[in-house]
Amino acid sequence: MNGEFAIDVRGMTKRFGHHTVVNGIDLQVRKGEVYGFLGPNGSGKTTFIRMLCGLLKADAGSGTCLGCDVIRESESIKLQVGYMTQKFSFYEDLSIAENLDFVARMYGIENRRETVRASIEKLGLSGRQSQLAGELSGGWKQRLALAACLIHRPRLLLLDEPTAGVDPQARRDFWEQIHELAATEELTFLITTHYMDEAERCHRLGYIAYGNLLTCGTVSEVIAGSGLITWSVSGPGLHELSMQLRQCAGVQQAIAFGNRLHVGGCDESALESAIAPFRREPFRWEKISSGLEDVFIHLMGQAKDNFAL
Amino acid sequence: MKHPRFSLGRFAGIILKEFIQMKRDRLTFAMILGLPVVQLLLFGYAINTDPKHLPAALLLSDDGPQVRSVLQGIRNSGYFDFVREVKTQREGRLLLARGDVQFVVNIPEDFSRALIRGERPAVLIEADATDPVATGNALGAIGRAVDQSLFNDARGPLDYLSVASGPVDLRIHSQYNPEAISQYNIVPGLMGVILTMTMIMITGLSITRERERGTMENLLAMPTRPSEVLIGKIIPYILVGYVQVLLILIAARFLFQVPMMGNLGLLLAVTLVFIAANLAVGITFSTLARNQLQAMQMTFFFFLPSILLSGFMFPFRGMPGWAQWIGEVLPLTHFLRIVRGILLKGNGLFEIDREIWPIALFAFFAVVVAVKRYRQTLD
Repeated sequence: MNGEFAIDVRGMTKRFGHHTVVNGIDLQVRKGEVYGFLGPNGSGKTTFIRMLCGLLKADAGSGTCLGCDVIRESESIKLQVGYMTQKFSFYEDLSIAENLDFVARMYGIENRRETVRASIEKLGLSGRQSQLAGELSGGWKQRLALAACLIHRPRLLLLDEPTAGVDPQARRDFWEQIHELAATEELTFLITTHYMDEAERCHRLGYIAYGNLLTCGTVSEVIAGSGLITWSVSGPGLHELSMQLRQCAGVQQAIAFGNRLHVGGCDESALESAIAPFRREPFRWEKISSGLEDVFIHLMGQAKDNFAL
Repeated sequence: MKHPRFSLGRFAGIILKEFIQMKRDRLTFAMILGLPVVQLLLFGYAINTDPKHLPAALLLSDDGPQVRSVLQGIRNSGYFDFVREVKTQREGRLLLARGDVQFVVNIPEDFSRALIRGERPAVLIEADATDPVATGNALGAIGRAVDQSLFNDARGPLDYLSVASGPVDLRIHSQYNPEAISQYNIVPGLMGVILTMTMIMITGLSITRERERGTMENLLAMPTRPSEVLIGKIIPYILVGYVQVLLILIAARFLFQVPMMGNLGLLLAVTLVFIAANLAVGITFSTLARNQLQAMQMTFFFFLPSILLSGFMFPFRGMPGWAQWIGEVLPLTHFLRIVRGILLKGNGLFEIDREIWPIALFAFFAVVVAVKRYRQTLD
């Protein structure tokens, strides 16, 4: 076991035909870490996760996952990894208890009945254990899926957009649970998400676009690394203002945030001279520190230029 | 950290899951049991390849006593019901064209007189032969019926008319089904047809459903082996197949009084090979199909030639060589010979062994293709 990393892979690549979906990604995730994996739809996040747990064969790449060779020892990896798919992928025509029991059998768990019972209880599903999984609401399905992924006591959890379509309160509960598991059970998490508030709760982040890992690090490292300067402006007619600003040299992005506009660029003086003509009434300007979302939109824009063609 | 290649625990888990899913899917379950019953009732009671009492029109231009004998003879054959009398040939043709009658029997003027004079007068029978099966037996029977009827009249003064016996005394023994009852042929055959259809369809659907609903991704992410999944999925459907077989055998015995001359134990044993062959085809299809609809389409792609070229619907020996070759490849062809052989002829292992190995060979190849095609990754 190579000590500190749960995932330590290099050059992971996957092609479908001539299309490279994951392009030489290096990724290191420390044990007990909650690692956020971000990127637009179709950027290769799911493909990367599927390669990690042996669902797809990597075309190139090497490294270890929980100390096992990620290419050759996928059978051993499967025993120690819990994978929660983007779409609910347990049996809708089986009850909660039957689903958990099935998973427990697949992993050959000793004390199966006891483990299943405890798992149902722990998740607060006791009263509904004979309900069919297909009849559950989105939030409950997600809880069930997480319980099923945890039943064989994995050491690494790969969660693919676990909170898509789940209400804000359930999302908060879910993240509470994840941090608790990471702290008490020394579980490592690799979680994909589109929500910035969730990204900010991760210990470290990776941002992937067009199959390339563009940046990684803690939230502050990612923001600092981008070198993005952001001004916030409020006032009437922001939509027209954003159209005008986008034409200006030095302005790399002008994005609506609620009833404010975030105007950003990497060249501080160019940006300030570009916005100078608009710094008048009725607009109120304020220089702010860039947020994750500003940075990610900025990264996306750069990635489009570099890789899209 | 290596785990054993085949785990009985996982295997049992998959079988259990399949049973629960089967139990929950009431409609499919009802189809599995209802299909044999409905097909048996339809095919068993409705299909008759030797139809009798076919509607016929009569164009009568003579009414001597010999004519009446001839007509009585035709009626007695059981194939002809005279429903109309027509005055002209044109009228008769119109009835044929419209499909109101299957035959027009035309007895010309001066028939009796010509008959008595020994001039061998003609009786014209016009038949609607668009469906050869419908008219074939009737036309085969009528010559004999006319001869017989006149034989009775040809006593005394008309003795010279009696037909001299032929130089050879031809004796025909129709064995195994002397009364030519269609059901004796169809009902055992249905066993093979129903098994072919349901076995291929439900296995094909059960695996493509996993892929379509996304549960396959989960199944592959767990430490399951392909052999555990495939065999675990097959076992419940083998039982289903036997339930169907029993339903059909019970119906054959008590509804259709099909004779059961041979050893039923042998039949059930051989059926296992046949079921396995079809399940393997179903799994192969499921590895090719992207969704359940495609799996259904492939089932029918295989089912139609099976039903048409196996000898279930049409006589196998009536097909040209190339069609017989295709037929020989299909498991249903051999299974039909086995079922009919055991039930109607009382065949034992010695008589049917040359029909078993082609099914076994087919099953073997289908299993090899299925296991090779079943991917353990999502690629």
